[in-house]
Amino acid sequence: MKYVHLVLSNLFRKKTRTALTTGSFAVALFLFGILAVVDGAFQQGVDVAGVDRLVVLNRVSIIQPLPLAYRDRLLRVPGVTHVTFANWFGGVYQDERNFFPQFAIDRESYRQMFTEFVVPDDQWQAFQTDKEGAIVGEALAERFKWKLGDRIPIKGTIFAGTWEFNIRGIYHGRRVQDDTTQFWFRWDYLDERKAFTKGMVGWYTVRIANPDDAVRLVKAIDENFVNSPFETKTDTEKAFAASFVKQMGNIQLLILTVGSVVFFTLLLVTGNTMAIAVRERTRELAVLKAVGFSDRFVLALVIVETMIVAAVGGGVGLGLAKLFTLRGDPTGGLLPFFYLAPEDIGVGLLLALAVGLAAGVLPALSASRLRVVDALRRV
Amino acid sequence: MVRIDGRGDGDALIRARGLGKTYRRGGEEIHVLQGLNLDVDAGEFIAFMGPSGSGKTTLLNLLGGLDVPSEGSVTVAGDEITRMSGRKLTAWRSRHVGFVFQMYNLIPVLTAFQNVELPLLLTSLSKAQRRQHVETALEVVGLADRMTHYPRQLSGGQEQRVGIARAIVADPTFLLCDEPTGDLDRKSADEALDLIDRLVREYGKTVLMVTHDPLAAERAHVVLYLEKGVLVDKVTAGRAR
Repeated sequence: MKYVHLVLSNLFRKKTRTALTTGSFAVALFLFGILAVVDGAFQQGVDVAGVDRLVVLNRVSIIQPLPLAYRDRLLRVPGVTHVTFANWFGGVYQDERNFFPQFAIDRESYRQMFTEFVVPDDQWQAFQTDKEGAIVGEALAERFKWKLGDRIPIKGTIFAGTWEFNIRGIYHGRRVQDDTTQFWFRWDYLDERKAFTKGMVGWYTVRIANPDDAVRLVKAIDENFVNSPFETKTDTEKAFAASFVKQMGNIQLLILTVGSVVFFTLLLVTGNTMAIAVRERTRELAVLKAVGFSDRFVLALVIVETMIVAAVGGGVGLGLAKLFTLRGDPTGGLLPFFYLAPEDIGVGLLLALAVGLAAGVLPALSASRLRVVDALRRV
Repeated sequence: MVRIDGRGDGDALIRARGLGKTYRRGGEEIHVLQGLNLDVDAGEFIAFMGPSGSGKTTLLNLLGGLDVPSEGSVTVAGDEITRMSGRKLTAWRSRHVGFVFQMYNLIPVLTAFQNVELPLLLTSLSKAQRRQHVETALEVVGLADRMTHYPRQLSGGQEQRVGIARAIVADPTFLLCDEPTGDLDRKSADEALDLIDRLVREYGKTVLMVTHDPLAAERAHVVLYLEKGVLVDKVTAGRAR
């Protein structure tokens, strides 16, 4: 503690330079935070996917439906314990920018399948008894200030016409990363009103008794429907979610590349700044050594200064990123899970400190190796 | 007593034997100091004079453990510092040597108090004890009322007095002053010399000073002249002028 004023005095020696260096860390870590949020948003589906769930699609394409009759056949596959199904609706609420996912779900089995989404019993009951009923996630309800009983018109883009729904329930997620921006309504309502593909569903989700059996069951299910008019393509829910992310491009590589360039630039900028700072203080460092401060102390002094700049700048950047995420998804629904996780903040801080250490180590070494007599001779 | 003939009796506080320093520049060897002997008793005030490049500062650096000799030895209070490792030598300097520099070499971002406190940070003294030591040192140099001033807020003479306070605050075995008045006007130089004089007379400090200034050298008990790395003459005070 007795050296604190020595470190702080040096940091405040050139306030503008310290502020700019700290600012560089803040900007870089803010960017890191946002990239982590975007990556998390894309990976969220993969992360929360149930290990005991498989997704069964039409082999031709995800937009091709499957017969409702497959439900019973799937239930008969040994190892399958539950089956539910859903349909993508793809409607527009008020404005195309107000995107959120809408699913026509099987009111009997959906809740049992996705137990991470919690709907109060009375609300679920109300949903069961209202053919135009809908259940919405709490984030979605918050976004549009919806409440129970509200009547919501949605214009169909796949299924023509304006569809009106009564909000009968609001679900919340058991985990922070559970997506609460979805809009569910009854599949039987959709099937009754739609003009084509009656008796067809978008996809099935099946629960299996033993996750270790997934590979065998994937094969067994697809074999069950081979050579039928609607062959299936089954995958684990995780693989299904991952394939969605892949369709967007290699987001992680993009994020990694951008992040690496930013941090490498930060490293060069900070390293150069610290090198200049040390060169300016050559005589002072020599005096410190002359009066008895060790080479190690001088080494630590320079490194600690850099690490403080890194920690403060990084902390500010990550703090701002966190504040930014608290305002919610800025894309209007494309990134429903817009959340900076504590572990990402931890990784960000570690990265900042690592860059601080790497940037400070060379100037610190040169300071520690300084020969007192040579340094004092310099003017 | 000061001897330069290498026949000291071993009771000297500082003893140099056969001290030599050679630098290599390109293919050429430059002998800055050659076979120098010196015995200095505690409480002596010695001035080193000589032309530029005669080896005065190099000698001071060797005696203060800032540099290592190419040959010979330096023993201070029984410790042969020329055999110490770099780390031990650094620790030794903090306990035994107080440095006063020509350019003061105060740290500009620290106050007078903090500059003087620096050597004490290496000790196990408590904060209160450090404060007491620093206040005493600043009182000795007459700057008790300038503790919170930064170097830029002080005159050159005051800066040098803060430098002297920093040199004495840890009560070192001896003081090494490298041209302490070289950057001061006459009045400030006299004040600084008065102070060094007082440290010797009242506090029994041992002072080794390099100077070009005959008036400064006149304050010393003994003036030693160096020429081409060899101690060539020893003059008692008053004759230096």
